[in-house]
Formats: sequence, structure tokens, C-alpha cells
Amino acid sequence: MKSFTVAAALSILAAGPAHAQSAAPSTLEAVTKKGYVQCGVNVGLAGFSQPDSQGVWKGIDVDVCRAIAAAVFGDASKVRYTPLTAQQRFTALQSGEVDVLSRNTTWTITRDTSLGLNFVGVNYYDGQGFMVPKKRKVKSAKQLNGATICVQPGTTTELNLADYFRANNMKFKPVVIEKLEEVLNAYFSGRCDVYTTDISGLVAVRVSRAPKPDDHVILPEVISKEPLGPAVRHGDDRWFDVVKWSLFAMIEAEELGLNSKNIDQQAGSQNPSIQRFAGATGDIGKMLGLDNRWAVNIVKQVGNYGESFDANLKPLGFDRGLNKLWTQGGLMYAPPIR
Amino acid sequence: MKWARENLFSSWPSALATIAILWLAWKLVPPFVDWAFVEAIWRAPDARACREAQGAGACWAFIGEKHRFILFGTYPFEQHWRPAAATAVLILLWFFSSLKRFWQYWLSAVWVAGLALIGVLMWGGVLGLAYVENERWGGLILTLLLASFGVALAFPLSILLALGRQSQMPVLRAACIGYIELIRGVPLISVLFMASVMLPLFLPAGVSIDKLLRAQIALILFAAAYLAEVVRGGLQAIPRHQYEAAEALGLSYWKRTLHVILPQALRFSIPPLVNTFIGFFKDTSLVLIIGLFDLLSTIKVSLQDPAWSGFGVEAYLFACLVYFAFCFAMSAYSRQLEASPVRGGLPRPLRQS
Amino acid sequence: MKRGWLFQAGLLAAAGLVLWFFISNTTHNLETRKIASGFGFLWREAGFEIGETGAIAYSAADSYLRALVVGLWNTFRIAAIGVVFATLLGTLIGLARLSPNWLLVKLAAAYVEAIRNVPLLVQLFFWYAIISENLPGPAEALNPLPGVYLSNRGIFFPLPGSTPELSGFNFIGGASLSPEFAALLVGLVTYTAAFIGEIVRAGVLSVGRGQVDAAYSIGLARRAALRFVVLPQALRLIVPPLTSQYLNLAKNSSLAVAIGYPDLVSIANTTLNQTGQAIEGIAIIMGVYLTISLSISALMNWYNRRVALKGTLR
Repeated sequence: MKSFTVAAALSILAAGPAHAQSAAPSTLEAVTKKGYVQCGVNVGLAGFSQPDSQGVWKGIDVDVCRAIAAAVFGDASKVRYTPLTAQQRFTALQSGEVDVLSRNTTWTITRDTSLGLNFVGVNYYDGQGFMVPKKRKVKSAKQLNGATICVQPGTTTELNLADYFRANNMKFKPVVIEKLEEVLNAYFSGRCDVYTTDISGLVAVRVSRAPKPDDHVILPEVISKEPLGPAVRHGDDRWFDVVKWSLFAMIEAEELGLNSKNIDQQAGSQNPSIQRFAGATGDIGKMLGLDNRWAVNIVKQVGNYGESFDANLKPLGFDRGLNKLWTQGGLMYAPPIR
Repeated sequence: MKWARENLFSSWPSALATIAILWLAWKLVPPFVDWAFVEAIWRAPDARACREAQGAGACWAFIGEKHRFILFGTYPFEQHWRPAAATAVLILLWFFSSLKRFWQYWLSAVWVAGLALIGVLMWGGVLGLAYVENERWGGLILTLLLASFGVALAFPLSILLALGRQSQMPVLRAACIGYIELIRGVPLISVLFMASVMLPLFLPAGVSIDKLLRAQIALILFAAAYLAEVVRGGLQAIPRHQYEAAEALGLSYWKRTLHVILPQALRFSIPPLVNTFIGFFKDTSLVLIIGLFDLLSTIKVSLQDPAWSGFGVEAYLFACLVYFAFCFAMSAYSRQLEASPVRGGLPRPLRQS
Repeated sequence: MKRGWLFQAGLLAAAGLVLWFFISNTTHNLETRKIASGFGFLWREAGFEIGETGAIAYSAADSYLRALVVGLWNTFRIAAIGVVFATLLGTLIGLARLSPNWLLVKLAAAYVEAIRNVPLLVQLFFWYAIISENLPGPAEALNPLPGVYLSNRGIFFPLPGSTPELSGFNFIGGASLSPEFAALLVGLVTYTAAFIGEIVRAGVLSVGRGQVDAAYSIGLARRAALRFVVLPQALRLIVPPLTSQYLNLAKNSSLAVAIGYPDLVSIANTTLNQTGQAIEGIAIIMGVYLTISLSISALMNWYNRRVALKGTLR
């Protein structure tokens, strides 16, 4: 009896690593087969990914997940969300626990190469800045020598901060706190002189959290580039394409003037760009391995990039800024869909 | 008056202590009542009214707005009756298990049935219930399930570990001691980190274990080591001659253990088991750190909503209340157990000595 | 007995196989996912700052190793100070529950119940909110004693040859304790003290009434009876569970990561994040805590043996 169990265990164990050598199946096939997209999101970051009072996930990162589901299944609700902490996010993607990571992650060369990630593009351009109470009479970040600075850990924010002060030969004392709520309490109660995070976050915090928004100023220096975007695993180009063009379709739709309200009327338009986009001519969907109406489904169910921004970030006081379309002086630019 | 003189002012230090306590109460209680009840805002469509009253009164409207999310997490909103029912079933199961008259073999069958019912309620997919994947489970039921399954599965494992620790076989004994001391020597956070960040590296590519299950495994492995020490305490409380008598009867090791030793040892360990369970129930709050939506986590995520953030004290008081209600019930129960030892629990020879 | 050896050999083989299974998978995964391994990263530049460095000089240009040593020092500091205060407060509470004053007994009992039935993490959040929200800024710092300043930047006190002075954003000079340290310390001490109080009470109660009466009847005063009769006997019962409370306090200090005190776990966590080397990071955390735990229990075992021996000799 006992020897049987042992033998069984041995054979299972022996079979295990052999299985490990076999190649992972294509993500698109796996996703189609299981019937949903497994999407790694932030545990809670307002405007990007955060469950609302009814427990429904909302945010621009969440909208990217929904766009992928709309493109693959024609149904934006076929997403399952895995909330991930900063430590877990890369492992979760590498190990196949999630199909795509859409969790306000900064695109850097290290992550693109040595962590084995492929960033598909940028859904939010950001940069790190500083906020100080107005009564401190600080006009520039160069005057912050000796300040106590509140910062959240586990991101590039902490490193940029240290780099900036070193480059300018200044000293500071960090107060590093994991959760946003505690960091903000620390700043507003005066525990820190300065709060640093991405400018978008500073703007939002000033509007929604400061007892008097005018009592706080955001300093003019932007000390880093923070292009945030979704990422997939290395080595699966078809899935990479699907995720990449789902994001671009949202941006292109805004440029073409297509939105969730008018997409049905516009689909019959004579404009060749719109005809291609809507799948009325050509077979762009098929080239991606998707239904030809993939882009229509995205726009109809999720909306274009501008709609997503207005629904999720505008109410929090975010300014479009760098995230305007390139035609309006911003950086949002989708390669042609043709 | 007499009572007061004897119990409050029996000596100078005692009188001083009484006066100090009364003074503190007079200083602290009225402002708290003012804040928590008199000036509090119970209902508000948005946080503006609360922010205007900031400091003066508590904002219970925050709990009113967020209570569904806090209790049920991201579970589909219109299906919230399902986790509510599952929570009720689980609490009932615990309640009946606490009554001595139900301590029979069929109780385990009831548990299996109850857990199956909870599984059906939570997952669905049968009986016309829509399927809900376990990534969407959250809030109170998650806390209760993590704790219940944690103990239910850790318990058998802990008995094996405790027996192994007392075994005559050196390799087995060393392995069990090593395991128990290793787990008890490190913080739970590091075990949870290991499960959430390292476990995916241990498994073959393409095989992934869901996050909830990984946390549950970590909690089971953790609880088993602590429970094993409780069971060992029970084993050591059994007089030597019980072991010898069983051996003299020519019973095999497993017969001796199952029929003579364990029933006695487990009865000895029931009160400390309940205490360990309370500690374990509280420890499940640490899954917050690995991003699972347990009760404390849903409370913290609610605080991140910019429309309603800034009411941390109210939120944490609410968390305190919920945890306190559960833990206090359990500790009251454990005290009652200690006060009245299980009938027939003590072996006769011990009772005489 | 032969079966026993066979079983043990099987056990060893199975353990070896499981280990091999994990190791082979892990090496394969590390390779395909291009994750570096080994402890080489310890000598690379850390690049992040640490708020409290205690006695160890540190800047962002130092190595990860030095950062981790700073974290270890911070963990050690909180655990050592915490153990001392928790023992003091716990003893007071245990004795309060045995006092003749009804109000004091009830208050102590309520304290113990309230603290023991709420998770420590919730309590830490709570203390941190209270401490950081209720103290004034550095410019309006409280000055209870000459040279001592209390503000939401912490408490500053003078050292020989160096007094704290307000300069720009903060005080400079002297020595200081941060609010994070204070919140963690208060949280750990009040939490652990509730458990220690119960242990002390049980220990004292375990000494039979007859022992105390006997001590009085041979003419010992209350204090002498406590010192020579009750305490030696109670200590034998108190020391073993007290040890595990000390261990718990040391392990619970790892929750510092949630309120921003840079302890070992918090810094190892950041390191793990920046380098992506999870296995090494967690191995360091576990190794350090295991060392601390084993040393505390060795120390307490030694003390336990001494107390027990003394008791029997008397």
C-alpha cells in the first residue's frame, strides 16, 4: 500500500519537470479556449483600476482589459481581474497567471529586456513631480534641501527621487508608506513637507483630498518620464499584436471621431479609413486572428480613448495634458490601421 | 457605600487609582460620545457634508455607502445574497460545532455538507445560479473561509506533525521538528510573500495556482505548525501508563494512537485550540499585504476612493468592531470551556491524583 | 523496526525528489524568464533613500547590503525596546487584574479583551493615524523640557555636545525618534502587553493560596512573601509562555511595512522589487528571523533552567 503511494508520487514528480520543457501554448488560443481574458490590475488606484461601491472594476487600465475582451470575444465583460501588488505584478505575468498586465506600469528598458516583458504601448503619459503646502513659500524643487518627503515604495518613484536629490547635491528624509491612504494622511497632517508621485496623481489628490486645494502648489519641475502602459510576455507575437492593436483602436477611434454613441451610424460611412476600421472593407480583423468587427466592438462597448479618460480620470481633476491626441498637441498617436 | 469603600478606596494607592480612572473617563468619554453619536453624520448622498464637519463628528455615511463592498468585495452586486447566505451557513456551522451535545461523528458529515452548500452558493454554475469565479470573492466571507478552511485542513496535518515529533524514528522526528520550528520562527508575512511571489517560480511553466489558493496554502502550512504544538501539549498531558497499557494490550501503533491516545489528547487541547484559532482568524488580515480582498482589504480599498477617502478612523473602528464581535464570541466560548472541563474528558486516574 | 527504517528511507527519498522537482523547475523558470540569481546584487548600488538609519551611515549611493543592514538594525531596535516596555506594561496589567480595586480590575480586563480581539494590523493603522494627525508641525513644536521638541516629525532630544535646532524644514542635531517608530512601538507594546498580562496573572494565581498563607504565617511581610515565595514559583510558569510572546513581538515587528517604518522586511521588500530577485529577498528575511527566534529561545531556555533550578534548591 505504502510503496504504491510512494511509487505513484515518484512517477508524478518525475513527469513534472519533463512537462516543464514543453512549449507554452499560444496565449490567444488559450484565451479563446477558456472564454475570458485574465487581466492583472492594481489592487486599488482611483481612475486607473479600482472597484466602485458596488464592487465593479473601473478605470482606464480596466478599460484596456475590457477592450481586449471586446476584440477577442465581442463581449467586453469577458474579463477576470487579478488584483496585483507591486511585488507580484511581474511574476504573475511571467508565470502565466495573467494574460496581460494592465497596472499603471512604467515602461523601462530593464523591464522590457531582463524581466521578459513586452510593453504594447502607452495608455497614460506621466511624469513625477512635487507638491508642497503654499505657506512654505517654496518656488522650485531646488529649494527642497533637508525636506521630509512622503513617497510610496516599490516603484520607480522612489529611485527617481533619490536620483534627483543626488544630482542636485541635496539631502532629504523619505517617509516610505505602502498605502495611498496613509501616505496622504501623512502629507496632509504635516508629517511630510513634500509629497511626490506622478503629476497626474498630485493633481487628483489636490482636487479631491486637500481640505483647501489652493493651499497646495505643484512645483514646476518634472523629474522623470513615466510612460504607463499594458504589457504581455515575451515570445508570443500574435497575442502581443492583439493587445497592442486593441489599445491603438481606442486611440484611433478618437482621432476618427468615432465613439460609443455614433459608431453604429458611422460604421456605414463612406470614409475609407472608417470603413477599414469598422471592418466593412478589407480583413484587418482576420489578420489579427479576430472577428472583422473587433474594433467596432471595442468602441461600442468600451468607448474611444477620450471617452475612457473623461469617464475615469476627468472627474478626479486630471488634465488631458500630454495625453491629448497628437493632432491637438499631445502625444497620443496610433499608427495607421490599414 | 460600603461596597465602594471596600472595592474602590480600600487603601491609599487604590483610592488614587480610582480617582485617576474616573478623571480620565470624564476627560475622554464625553468627547468621544459627541464625536461618534451626537455630531456624527449618518446619511449623506456624498462626502461633502462629512468633509464640512471634519473633526467634529464621525462620518458613518461612509460605511453606509461602502458597506456592500466592504462585506462582499467585488462579488456581482445583484448576487450579494449568495455570499450573505454562505456567511450565515458558515457561522451556523461554527455555532453548532461549539455545542458539546453535537460533538458526534456525524458532525463531520454536516460540515462536509455545509461546505458543499457554501461552495454551490459561492461558485454557482448549477441550479440556475450564475457561475462566479473565485477571483471575485471578497470581504467578510473571504476572511471567514480563509480561517475556516485554514484550520479545517491544518488540523489533520498538525496531528500528523505532532505525532511525528514524538516518533521513535529519527528521520521523521527531525523532519517534523525542523518544519515546526522553521515555520514558527518566521513571520507570517514572509510565508505569505513566499506563496505569492516564490511559489509560481517553483512550478512548471504554464501551471499556475490561483492567488486565493496560494494564500490558503500558506495559511494552512502556517497554522499547522502552531496547532501541532497545541496537540503536542495534549499528547504530553496523557499519563505515561496510558501509552504502556495500550502497548501491553498488543495494539498496533495506529490502533493505539487512534483509539486510546488521540481522543484523550484532543480533549485536553480544545481550549488552547480555540485560542489558537482566534489568533489565526486575526492573522488572516495579513493577506491584505499580498493584495487579496479580505475584510480589512476591502475597507482599505474603500478608503482609496477619492470621493470618500479621508475617513480612516471611522473605517478602522468599523473593522475593529467586526473583528471584535467574532473574536470576542470565540474567546468567551473558550473561557467557558476552560471553566467547565469537558465531561468525561479527564482520564480517571488523573482525576484521582 | 525494519519497516520503520524502510519508511524513513522512503521519506528521505520523497523529500529529496520534491526538492529536486522544485529546484529543477525554478532553475528552468529563472532561465527562461531571464531572472538573475545569486547574491551578487547585494554589492550593487541601492539607489533609494531610507528615512531612519539609526547608528549606521547610509545614502542612496551605498549598496543593497548596507541598506539591509540598516533594516536589520531597525528591526533589532524596535524588538529590543518593545520587549522591555511590553514586559513592564504587561506585568502592571497582570497585577492590576489581581488588585483589590474593582474599577482597576474591570479596566484592565476590558483592556485585555479589547486588544486581544482585534488584529494587530488594524491597531497599527489606528495608532499611526492618531499620532501623525494630532501633533503640531516642527515650527509649532511642543517644548516640554529645555532642548526636547515634540512635533509630527518625531521627538528630538539633546545629546552631549549636540542640541536639536530648527533649521529650514526640520530640526537638526541631537537624537530623535520618528512617529513611525513611535506608532509601531506603541502598537506592539500595547498588543503584546495584553498577552503578557494574562500570563503574569495566570502565573501568580497558580501559586496556591496555601503557599501565601504559609508565608504570612511564618512572619514574612507582603513584599517578602511576594519576593521569596510567590515570585520564584510563578516565574517557572511564566517564563516559557513569555518567551513565545517575545518571539511574537519580534515577528510582529515585520508589520512595520504597512506604516512606513523601515524595518528589515520593508527594505528587503523594496530590494526584491527593484532587483526582481524574490528568492534571495525572502531567503534573507526568513534567515534573519529564524536566527533571531532561535537565539531568543536559546537564551530563554537557559534562563528557564536557571530559574527552575533555583526554585528546586529553595
